[in-house]
Amino acid sequence: MRLRIRFTKLGKVRWTSHRDVARMWERAFRRVGLPLAYSEGFTPRPKVSFGLALPTGHESMAEYLDVELSDAAAGAPDLVALKARLSAALPEGIEVAALCVLEPGSPSLQEDVEACSWRWLAVPGEGSLPLSVDDLGKRVAHALAAPALEVARWRKGRETTVDIRPGIGRLEVVEADGEGVWLDADLAARPQGVRPADVLAALGPDLEERHVRRTHQWIVRRGERLEPLGSQGVPQAPHAEARAS
Amino acid sequence: MTSLWPRIEPLLAHVSKPARYIGCEDGAVGAGSLEGLVSWLLVYPDSYEIGLPNQGLQILYEILNERPDARAERAYAPWPDMERLMRRSSVPLFSLESHHPAAAFDVLAFNLSAELVYTNVLNCIDLAGVPVRAGERDERHPLVLAGGHCAFNPEPLADFVDAFVIGDGEEAVGDITEVVKSEGRSRHALLRRLAATPGVYVPAAYTVDYDGPRLVSVRKVWSEAPEVVHKRTVSDLAAWPYPKRQLVPLTEVVHDRLNVEIFRGCTRGCRFCQAGMITRPVRERPSSQVRRMVSEGLARTGYDEVSLTSLSSADFSGIEDVVGGIVDDPASARQVSVSLPSLRVDAFTVGVAAHIQKVRRTGLTFAPEAGTWRMRQVINKLITEEDLYGAVESAFSQGWRRVKLYFLTGLPTETDEDTLGIAELARSCASIGRSHHRGATVTASVGGFVPKPQTPFQWFGQETLDGLQRRIGLLREATRRDRAVQLKWHDPRATLAEGIASRGDRRIGAVIEQVWRRGGVFQEWSEHFSLELWTEAMAAQGLSVDWYVHRERDRDEVLPWSHISAGLHEDFLWQEWQDALAASGTPDCRWTPCYDCGACTGYGLEHVVASTVAPAGGSQGTGQDLARGGEVPVRLLARVTAGVPR
Repeated sequence: MRLRIRFTKLGKVRWTSHRDVARMWERAFRRVGLPLAYSEGFTPRPKVSFGLALPTGHESMAEYLDVELSDAAAGAPDLVALKARLSAALPEGIEVAALCVLEPGSPSLQEDVEACSWRWLAVPGEGSLPLSVDDLGKRVAHALAAPALEVARWRKGRETTVDIRPGIGRLEVVEADGEGVWLDADLAARPQGVRPADVLAALGPDLEERHVRRTHQWIVRRGERLEPLGSQGVPQAPHAEARAS
Repeated sequence: MTSLWPRIEPLLAHVSKPARYIGCEDGAVGAGSLEGLVSWLLVYPDSYEIGLPNQGLQILYEILNERPDARAERAYAPWPDMERLMRRSSVPLFSLESHHPAAAFDVLAFNLSAELVYTNVLNCIDLAGVPVRAGERDERHPLVLAGGHCAFNPEPLADFVDAFVIGDGEEAVGDITEVVKSEGRSRHALLRRLAATPGVYVPAAYTVDYDGPRLVSVRKVWSEAPEVVHKRTVSDLAAWPYPKRQLVPLTEVVHDRLNVEIFRGCTRGCRFCQAGMITRPVRERPSSQVRRMVSEGLARTGYDEVSLTSLSSADFSGIEDVVGGIVDDPASARQVSVSLPSLRVDAFTVGVAAHIQKVRRTGLTFAPEAGTWRMRQVINKLITEEDLYGAVESAFSQGWRRVKLYFLTGLPTETDEDTLGIAELARSCASIGRSHHRGATVTASVGGFVPKPQTPFQWFGQETLDGLQRRIGLLREATRRDRAVQLKWHDPRATLAEGIASRGDRRIGAVIEQVWRRGGVFQEWSEHFSLELWTEAMAAQGLSVDWYVHRERDRDEVLPWSHISAGLHEDFLWQEWQDALAASGTPDCRWTPCYDCGACTGYGLEHVVASTVAPAGGSQGTGQDLARGGEVPVRLLARVTAGVPR
C-alpha cells in the first residue's frame, strides 16, 4: 500500500537541503512507528520517493512524497490521526497538509508532475535602480511576446544556453512591496524544468530573487490540470493562498 | 535582546550548507531571553557538522538548561565563506537558538578536543566582538572559559582564556554558575572566586619564570588559588544520565546517530593515549540505565542506529547482554543497528559485532596501533598477533569485506623493523581476507605520533617531519605491490603543528595568535592547514620548533602543565616511561591488583564495574597468557598522599 503526502517547507527549515528533508521524513516515520516497506540488499532503505527537488532556501506550500507501507501493515491507517502524529514528529515548518492512500498502479510523482506554480519577490540587485510594477510589467509583456528566451545554464561544468519560453505557462506581476515586486508564475517541471531564477535572468540582469515559494504542483489528466492528490479523489482545497513570507 | 536573524538570513543564500546556521534541532531549547539568568554560550570551535554531535557539549547544555537560574545556547565556528559575509555585514558570532549576539552572554565556554582548533577559538572570540587577550577584557565582556581534554595543558591558551575547567564538567558548570550569579561581571572578583573553585584553573592566578628557553617555575600569585589544580571527576555515571534529549540535527553531521555513553575512563593503560590517562578511573553506567537510554532515545529521535560509546566498548561488563537486549527488544522490531566504536581486537569482540550488525556488514575497524609485539609492549597495547588474526578471520568469515587498521608511527624506540611490521600485519590480514572473498580489502591508516601531556610519553622527543615522511615512504614501498592493502596516512606536517601546540607553554600563545592573525583558521582541515604559518610564527617569536617538539625532556624539568593534575602520580608516569623504554607491559588494573597510579587513591574513588572478572576475549580480556609476553609483572608504587586535596 502506498501513501501520498502533501507537506509544507516554511520558515528557517527552508535552508535545509532536499536530502536533509528526506532524512527528516525517515526519522519521522520511525518515530510514529509507521510500518514501512524496506528495499532488499546490504543497506535496506525505506521505500520513500520524493517528487521534484526544491532548491535549498526556497519555501513551499506543496511538497509531495509517496511512501510504501510493509505488507505487515494491517489495513489502511487512520489518516486523520497519522496527519497529526507525523506533523508533531517533524520539525517546525514541515507540516503534513493532506494525505491519501494511492490507487494501485498510480504513476510516480516524477513521472506525473508537469508544472509548478511559484510566487516570489523580484528585487533590484546591489547598485541597481528601484523597481516599479509598471517597469516590471513591461518587461514581462516583452518577454512573453518574444519567440524565444535564451538563458545561461551550467551543465556538467560547461555553460550552455537554453530557451525557457516554452516552459513559461503563465507569468504575472502581482504587486509592489517595499523592496521589490511580487511575481506569480506557472513554470514547467519537464521536459525542460524552469525555475524562478531563470525567469529573472530573462527579465533583466539587474534582478535578484527573494522569498521564493512553490505554491502548487500540477499533474494533467484528460487535459485537466489537477494537483497530485486531486487525481486520487481528494478534494482540491485551496492550499496556497498565504503570501510567501 | 533582539535576534540577529533578520541580518543573518540574507547571507544564507550565498554560503555553503546554510542549515549550519539555523538551529531548530530536535532537543534544542527554543528561542528565549537571557534576562535575569546566568547565560552560557557553549562554543564548539570547529564546523557545525563536527561540533554538533559532541557529547560533552550536549551534556553540559542540558544540565545548564535544567537549572532555573541558567540558560545555555550553542554556537559553532562559522565556515570561512560565512565568516567573510558576517565580517562584511558586521554580524557578530551568534547563538543558534535565539540568534543572540555572542557578547550578550555572561559566559563563552569553548570545548577543546584538539590542539589545531586553538586558532578557531581566537577567531570565535574576535568574531564575538570581544578582545582576544584576557588582559584586555573588562566588565563589558563575557567570561571566556574552556574545557575538554586539551585543557589538561592549558598553557598555550593561557593568554586568551579567563578560566579552564579541568576534568568532568557536570558538577563544575553548576559551581561556576553560582559564582557568576553572585559576582556578575565584576571581573576581578569573579576570577578570584573562580580561582578558588575546585577544578577551575585561572591563568592570571599564576606566574611563570623562564631561564632562557627553560621553564623553571610556575608560582601562584593569588592566595586563594591552589598550588596544583586537580581535575574534577564524577564518581557515579548513573547519577548523570545525559544527554536525555540528544540533539537531532536537521542536516547531516558526523556520527549522525543516537550516542549513549556506557562508561567513562579506561585502564588499558596505553601509554600514548591521553584520553585513557586523564579520564581514570573506569566508571560504568548500569546496564539497565544503558538499555533505558537506548530505547527511549531511539523512540524519541527516530534514529535507526545507536552507538555505545566509551574508550573501549567491548570492555563493558556484560556487553553481550546489553547489545542482545537492544537487538532483541520487541519495541525495536524495526531495523536498528548498533555500533561499537573503538572495537577491542579479538574474535570475541567480532562475535558481539556480528550479533548486533545483522545488516550492513561493510567494514570493521581495529586499532593494533603498532606493527610488532615489541613495539606494542612499549606502548602497552598488549594485543598479540593471534588476537588480531583471530579478529580478522572472524570478521571476514562472517561476511565483512573491509577491515580497517589504525596504526601510529614515530613511537618511542621505533625501528624500521617496527615500522615495516605495520605493512606485514596489513598484508597478512589481507591474505586472510582473500581466503574468504576475492574483493576483501584491508586499509592501514597511519598517523604520526604526537606526545601528549599527562601521559608516560610526555617526556618523549617527537619524530621529525623528515623522519615521519621517511617511515611513510617505507610503508608505501612495502604495500605498493599488494592491491588488497590500501595505505592511508595523516599529513606529517599537521602532526608537527599539533606537536607545537600539544606540549607548549605560555609563549606558544603568541604563535597561535600570529597564525590566527595571518588567516590560519580551520587548521584541522587539510584544505586550510598551512605548516608555514606555524613555522614562520615560531621563528618570529624566536622559539625553536626543535626545542618544543623534538627534544626529549628530563625528569627534573618543570613541565608547563606541572600545576595541573589528572590525579596521576608523577612517579607512576615516569616509571611507565622507563618500562616503555624497556618494552615492559603493565596490565589493566580493573582485573589485576592496583598499582596505585593515583587516579583512585588520591581522590577516594573506585572503579565502578559490574563485574570483577575480565570480559571474555583474547589475551586482553580473558587472562589468557600473552603469547610472547608471558605474565605481566604487577608493581605497586609507594602511595603518595601529600599535596592531594579533598
